[in-house]
Amino acid sequence: MCRWMMGATCSSSRRDFLKKCLTGAAVLGAGGGAGLLAAAEQREAFAKSRVVIARDAMLRGAGTTVDSRRILSLLDRALQAIFDRDNPIETWKKLVRPGETVGLKVNALGGPGFCSNPLVEAICERLQQAGIKANDIVVWDRDSDELERAGFHVSMGGNRVQCYGTDRVDYEQELVTRGSVGSRLSKILTQRCNLLINVPVLKDHDGAGVTIALKNMYGVIHNPNKYHPNGCNPYIADLNMLPEIRSKMRLTICDATTAAYEGGPGYKPQYSWKNNALIVSQDPVALDYTGWQIIDRKRAENGLKTLEGDGRAPHYIATAADRQHRLGTNDPGKIAVVEV
Amino acid sequence: MARDLDAQEGVRNPVDNAAEGESPLIRCKRGLFSCALDRRSFLNCALASGAALCVCEFARPLVAAASWAGPQKQDDSRFTVEAKFYQKLQNKKIKCKLCPRECTVGDRERGYCGVRENRGGTYYTLVHSRVSAAHIDPIEKKPLFHYLPGTLAFSLATAGCNVNCKFCQNWDISQVRPEQVPAEYAPPKLVAELAKQHDCPTIAYTYSEPVVFSEYLMDAADAGHEAGIRSVVVSNGYMQEEALRTAYGKMDAVKIDLKAFTESYYKDVVVGELKPVLDALVTLRKMNKWTEIVYLVVPTLNDGDSEFRGLARWIKTNVGVDVPVHFTQFHPEYLLKNLPITPVPTLERAKAIADAEGLHYAYIGNVPGHPAQNTYCPKCPRMLVERVGFTASRMLIRKGSCPFCGQPIPGVWHA
Ligand code: SF4
Repeated sequence: MCRWMMGATCSSSRRDFLKKCLTGAAVLGAGGGAGLLAAAEQREAFAKSRVVIARDAMLRGAGTTVDSRRILSLLDRALQAIFDRDNPIETWKKLVRPGETVGLKVNALGGPGFCSNPLVEAICERLQQAGIKANDIVVWDRDSDELERAGFHVSMGGNRVQCYGTDRVDYEQELVTRGSVGSRLSKILTQRCNLLINVPVLKDHDGAGVTIALKNMYGVIHNPNKYHPNGCNPYIADLNMLPEIRSKMRLTICDATTAAYEGGPGYKPQYSWKNNALIVSQDPVALDYTGWQIIDRKRAENGLKTLEGDGRAPHYIATAADRQHRLGTNDPGKIAVVEV
Repeated sequence: MARDLDAQEGVRNPVDNAAEGESPLIRCKRGLFSCALDRRSFLNCALASGAALCVCEFARPLVAAASWAGPQKQDDSRFTVEAKFYQKLQNKKIKCKLCPRECTVGDRERGYCGVRENRGGTYYTLVHSRVSAAHIDPIEKKPLFHYLPGTLAFSLATAGCNVNCKFCQNWDISQVRPEQVPAEYAPPKLVAELAKQHDCPTIAYTYSEPVVFSEYLMDAADAGHEAGIRSVVVSNGYMQEEALRTAYGKMDAVKIDLKAFTESYYKDVVVGELKPVLDALVTLRKMNKWTEIVYLVVPTLNDGDSEFRGLARWIKTNVGVDVPVHFTQFHPEYLLKNLPITPVPTLERAKAIADAEGLHYAYIGNVPGHPAQNTYCPKCPRMLVERVGFTASRMLIRKGSCPFCGQPIPGVWHA
């Protein structure tokens, strides 16, 4: 049986999917990895989008820093729940295959307060165990200095995990356009990576409402400053429609170990909380919708208005789900939130 | 006095119908290899000073471009100066008061223009003296037709813009962050010196959007004036009044791109607003600043009779019939590649409407050899300035008046 099937949502799409698996038109679940489907196509095979929230109250032990072994096991739990697998390495082998170059698009803007370093190390460990060479893993964002400030060690070349910003390799000269967006893409995305794993942070955003999975793609273009009016709507949705992004995106692993419910996107200790969780999904819209609800709940706990009440509801999430975009679903009835 | 125009052929490109907007980088390449004078100047300058700070060097000449291997770290601190027009807010946020967008910017973030950054609650411009394009242009290319015809302008730009016009011809410098484009350090005094060295009576702030490098423009204008060099700005006019009065108050002439006469066009095509631009034109008028208006006519988007008429009537009522207006031809670029070049009859229709509404100086731009590039006396109506491309080939205005009938011709003329 194709173990990518989840829960009791077997429908005609599931039948189609199984048929494709059997005929070899797609090999998801076939173990080899050749011809793996992009996340967007995979989602279409399921009736509900699964969003896994993996939490570990003891993630930091008795201290303040994230324990590297515990985050690795938290990551395993999340991935196994997403893909319904028992073995963590086997789970990763469903996502990547040896020889591929995997880009981990992190979010360094918030600095060390939101540092995803332990999570990224855990992902890199599992990727290598799944057969990806260390130097075929690129941890990246737009700027190397920002990466350094956020606690990453910038390194280019050698037999180790690569980590650098687009400032080191530049953007493509050619513009790519989609709807309201016309931008130059990072060469890390276009020339270096076969596939993308999105590693955003769970944050409030003063303009967009929230910045989680979809908005993290602002870090792949040369002109994100142009796309902040109107709560970043429809820019975020249009940007995520670019084939260069959509076809390479396999998974979002949101670092919600430290999250911000107000004052974002920069790190403000007074508005952040130790959430000790990861949020993982192949549906970035469902993930963003879920993250928005988490942030709103935290705002309520702290006596703040909802983002809607504050005039900052992230309307771009609905745009990303609409008929022109179909990047995922924002319909709570079609999102299966699984807490593990 | 007007320069010997024929002697300057070398720095002109009379067959080139590109507007001010054409990429200065491309323009510079042509300049270097099609123009002996410019190339000699470039080499002389480089040889004499041992430094690379000469005009075309700023604009990444072809030789340099070929060896340019990718982004290079620029010394950010040299270009970083505290911004002049902003307000500090709580939580280390700031509100920029330079343009009507009024970006609220958090710590370590930038405003919409991408060239101003909040660092710990203090707002900085990142483009002071950070020149991404420089070139010597005829003043007619700005276009300024009633300002020292036949002279040259030492023209420069930094990265950045506070709007995002879908037809931008310079998007590769206007729609980027400063660190994404090669730049040279050109402090105000050096700009004034270079202008003088290259026989330019004027420094022109142009190509991208000078609003966003206002601090630099003000300092360069001061340095220029001390050296006897004037300053002009080519701008979208999307600026707050206080900033406009302070920064453009230092200019000797202003050219404003009035991109359309509807808010919807400004919203959809420009990503800005019309009203503040109209307000800026009125303010410039009150400041007695010599101003010309350019209206880029984009087929199907802003080429209706009612818009032309509305525009002409507004000009007549609010800034006066003597303000020159240039209806210029659109060329497909950037995000508007699906539209055709503006047909010349459309431009002629715009001019005819402006003439009928009583404007004295309606021109047609980007159409070399068109008779509506010349200046005619509104009274007699003899030809007073003849232009071919960007070259003013005949200049008959004397002491600011028509030599035939004595009608005063407004503008900034040679003494
Ligand atoms: S000048 Fe730049 S930062 Fe300031 S308000 Fe305008 S776009 Fe925003």
